[in-house]
Amino acid sequence: MPLKIPCLKMASGPLYSAAMRNLFLLFFCTLLGCSGSLNDPNPVGLSSQNVLFKGYTERPKHLDPALSYTEPEWDLIGEIYEPPLHYHHLKRPLVLEPLTLTSMPKITHAGGKVVYEMTLKPGILYQPHPALAKDAKGELPYKNIRAEEVKAMQGFEDFKELGTRELVAADYVNQIKRLALPNLGKPAAVLSLMAEHIEGLDELAKKLAERFKKGEPIDLTQESLAGAQVVDKYTWRVTLVDEYPQFSYWLTTPFFAPVPPEADAFYALPGMAAHNFKLDWQPLGTSAFYLAHNDPNREMVLKKNPNFHEEFYPSEGNPGDAEAGFLKHAGKRLPMLDGVVLKLEKESAPFWNKFLQGYYELTPPSGKSREDSDSFDQAFRVTEEGQIDLSAEMEKRGVKLIDRTRMSIWYMGFNWLDPVVGGPQNKALRQAISIALDWDEFISIFLNGSGQASQGPVPPGMFGYVGGEKGVNPVVSRWNAQRQRAEHRSLDEAKKLLAQAGYPNGRNAKTGEILTLYFDSGNGGPEYKSRFDWYRAQFAKLGIELVIRVNDYNRFQDKVQKGSAQIFEWGWNADYPDPENFLFLLYGPNSRKEFGGENTVNYKNPEVDRLFVQMKSMPNGPERQAVMDRMVSLIREDAPWAFAYHDKRYGLRMGWVDPMRPNPMTHDLLKYTSLEPAGRLAYQAQWNRPLLWPLALVAALVLGLALLVRKVWRGRQNQTAVEVPHV
Amino acid sequence: MFNYLLRRILYAVPILIGVNLITFALFFMVNTPDDMARLNLGNKRVTAEAIERWKVQHGYDKPLFVNPDAQGLGQVTDTLFVQKSLKLFTFDFEAGDDGRDIGREISHRMGPSMAVAIPTFFVGLLVYVSMALAFMLIRGGAAELWGLVALIAMMSISSLFFVIGGQFFVGKLWHWAPISGWGDGVSALKFILVPVLVGVLASVGESVRFYRTLFLEESGRDYVRTARAKGLSAGRVLFKHILRNSAIPILTGVVVVLPRLFLGSLIIESFFGIPGLGSYTIDAIQSQDFAVVRSMVFLGSFLYIVGLILTDLSYAVADPRVKLS
Repeated sequence: MPLKIPCLKMASGPLYSAAMRNLFLLFFCTLLGCSGSLNDPNPVGLSSQNVLFKGYTERPKHLDPALSYTEPEWDLIGEIYEPPLHYHHLKRPLVLEPLTLTSMPKITHAGGKVVYEMTLKPGILYQPHPALAKDAKGELPYKNIRAEEVKAMQGFEDFKELGTRELVAADYVNQIKRLALPNLGKPAAVLSLMAEHIEGLDELAKKLAERFKKGEPIDLTQESLAGAQVVDKYTWRVTLVDEYPQFSYWLTTPFFAPVPPEADAFYALPGMAAHNFKLDWQPLGTSAFYLAHNDPNREMVLKKNPNFHEEFYPSEGNPGDAEAGFLKHAGKRLPMLDGVVLKLEKESAPFWNKFLQGYYELTPPSGKSREDSDSFDQAFRVTEEGQIDLSAEMEKRGVKLIDRTRMSIWYMGFNWLDPVVGGPQNKALRQAISIALDWDEFISIFLNGSGQASQGPVPPGMFGYVGGEKGVNPVVSRWNAQRQRAEHRSLDEAKKLLAQAGYPNGRNAKTGEILTLYFDSGNGGPEYKSRFDWYRAQFAKLGIELVIRVNDYNRFQDKVQKGSAQIFEWGWNADYPDPENFLFLLYGPNSRKEFGGENTVNYKNPEVDRLFVQMKSMPNGPERQAVMDRMVSLIREDAPWAFAYHDKRYGLRMGWVDPMRPNPMTHDLLKYTSLEPAGRLAYQAQWNRPLLWPLALVAALVLGLALLVRKVWRGRQNQTAVEVPHV
Repeated sequence: MFNYLLRRILYAVPILIGVNLITFALFFMVNTPDDMARLNLGNKRVTAEAIERWKVQHGYDKPLFVNPDAQGLGQVTDTLFVQKSLKLFTFDFEAGDDGRDIGREISHRMGPSMAVAIPTFFVGLLVYVSMALAFMLIRGGAAELWGLVALIAMMSISSLFFVIGGQFFVGKLWHWAPISGWGDGVSALKFILVPVLVGVLASVGESVRFYRTLFLEESGRDYVRTARAKGLSAGRVLFKHILRNSAIPILTGVVVVLPRLFLGSLIIESFFGIPGLGSYTIDAIQSQDFAVVRSMVFLGSFLYIVGLILTDLSYAVADPRVKLS
């Protein structure tokens, strides 16, 4: 192992000679096996390679494209699997475009059904993988492998026979069938939703579940699904039983990525599951990277897929992208990295410090809460205009800002079924409370200022969102032309509404009792105490007593499920960039109590429901906007939610990583990422010089204490007094 | 001794069944399989149907103790208690919520846990005993008083403080070692340095006082006075006689924790990113992966019992006067 002592620069001081320093370094380097900085957590020489170092705070639990649904999971498999469609990397608003298809799906309507016909680009190959290996007879070399042989393997790398094959339409159809599998460890997250739309999927799921219960074998190649049919080698059709225009967006998700039947057959071999060899942990895809090493409790390594098909960095984006450096690599073949090292970093402090030391190149999105406020305060400053910018220290280090805002909304929900706050009869009470809740103050106190007070259910960046004066929620706010911002109506107006609701000054007009409301929360950590105090204070402005009921998360979910929580806080992140994905949260037939849907407040307004059905199938345009405006207006008037805020989130990248534009909807960012390893090496050398004087101080302290003990003890030994020794 | 050993092993069985029953009650009666399913399925699109499917796929759709739908012995064996709880006695830990085999995970993670726990334990033992002996040498003076004050101060400080302090000074400020992480083979050494240092420092206060108390008790015995009367130096009495005779209580404290070294440290592993069993348990608790928590509770109690039996055996080995019968 080569030692590169000269690259270690020491803090000089009068206490040490150069010889001593080198001796110390030699000792440490021999002991610790390092070649760069002593605190470098990466293997020798890796920092000089064209690889990206990235941390993850939560390990992915599932890598099977049928099961994964969380952000950490999609962030990883989004780099491995290729669904039929994706979003243009640079264009905003987001634009759908073919990924593995020759063109966008051909959509036809017949007999109330909708058919999506998709044709693949020929010549796309899978990553090298043992499931696709072939021997001289054209058969899987591992087909007769015994469980003991599998058990003896150290890791997946021990499968030396690898192979590939061309991606075909049947692989996409196989994955749609896999959504119905009952033996994956958990049901596919979108099965319930897709079973409503894809013809025959519900029946297939029920049939397979019966077989699973009886212990019968399941072979998807023997099952047919009316809603997913292969037309020819490169073409397949998906048939929906109803109009569901949002299906195109689902075609960008891993749920619709291809899985070859060989993968299922390979992982079904004896001993595989017991050895954690399963598709859920060893993916098989066609995208730019493959998972070369998988130890999610510590580290995962992505390597460039040697079989990756031709794909190039986009040559066009939004105006100003060229100046901002986003088109620096226009036309270059993807991916530009040779690999990515992903390390588990659960605690925020080590993550942040390693980023500052140059051992991670990207930070996770910040700004959500005070949990990361130390690093937030160190990294960002709020400008006079209220915008977030980099701190002077970050600028000195050459760190760059990344906007990682995603389309989301947080709200305080009023249960529509509750006799006190729910239903049309209690509208004035909800409106009064909505006015009293000062979300700008909340954002300032609890979100480090990184949020935007919400005026309606549709988040910024989404079609249908209206900003500025026209976008103000007139029930709660009014426009301040001078300050060019929405401001809450006065407390007097809120109190009038409260009196109108039958609670003048927060007391029941008939009984004189103080109005007491109940807020349920599924979070009870110490950091929430101040939030609860804030909520109480907001309600107290109207003379209302708010009782906070902290539940464990299960109990909280249960209460919302049963419709017994009166007031609570909830949020939603977009699945796809269509307003339907937010407005469906207030659609009556989606009510949580009755139908188990995402309408957690069980809101029901027949006119809103009618408009929702109308808008969900409409193409974006003025007509859809008009329907949505009417719908939003009715929702604002009914106030089933106190619209809280839209998150703004920021990340950081090191200066040697080229400009990047994260897309909150897709997860193939690494494919477009590039960096300069030389910049990384220089930074690491500059910011990680070891300080040796504390070592001398500690040694001196230990030595001093030992000498003190010796002196005291000797003193006792040589004592001539009559006192009896204590020992 | 064989009879004694057999008896202790037989005693262990009802203890483990009791632990099993308590954890079973906590995991399946207080926290229902519906709750587990809801947590596991996440926040989005969790329908009643999805919860049912999850329970079937994980075998949580079975009754707790008696299955009236099953035939014969199956009425008892095809139940949650037997399938999920009693099965642990065969060390069949099934799979966690992430689908990974728990037994295999445990065998993988034991290495990193022991790589930190064993050096921490032995370095700690050496440091604590040495310091306690030093306290004996300076007994009765101002130096001892201030030393004890320092020990009590260290006892009062949370171990988290040492963790954060260790990372801040050694990793962040002085750049001597990585702040957190893990490496394979020899490269793991640089990741062990700070956790071991923190692990040793965090227990200095209580451990040194404990060993000092042992030595103090021993120093009041008749044989010490006799040794001194014979003209032996204080150092010789301390190292040759007191230390040797304190071996049994030291052994008691040492042997009982040995099996638990496998389980690692919850806090240290979690903060230093060590992929051991401690962080495995913490992760499982946080994500409410009950299959893992159940297995770790069982393993923990099993190893604790093993530790107690080993302690009894070590008495007999260390002190010929002790007879196990």
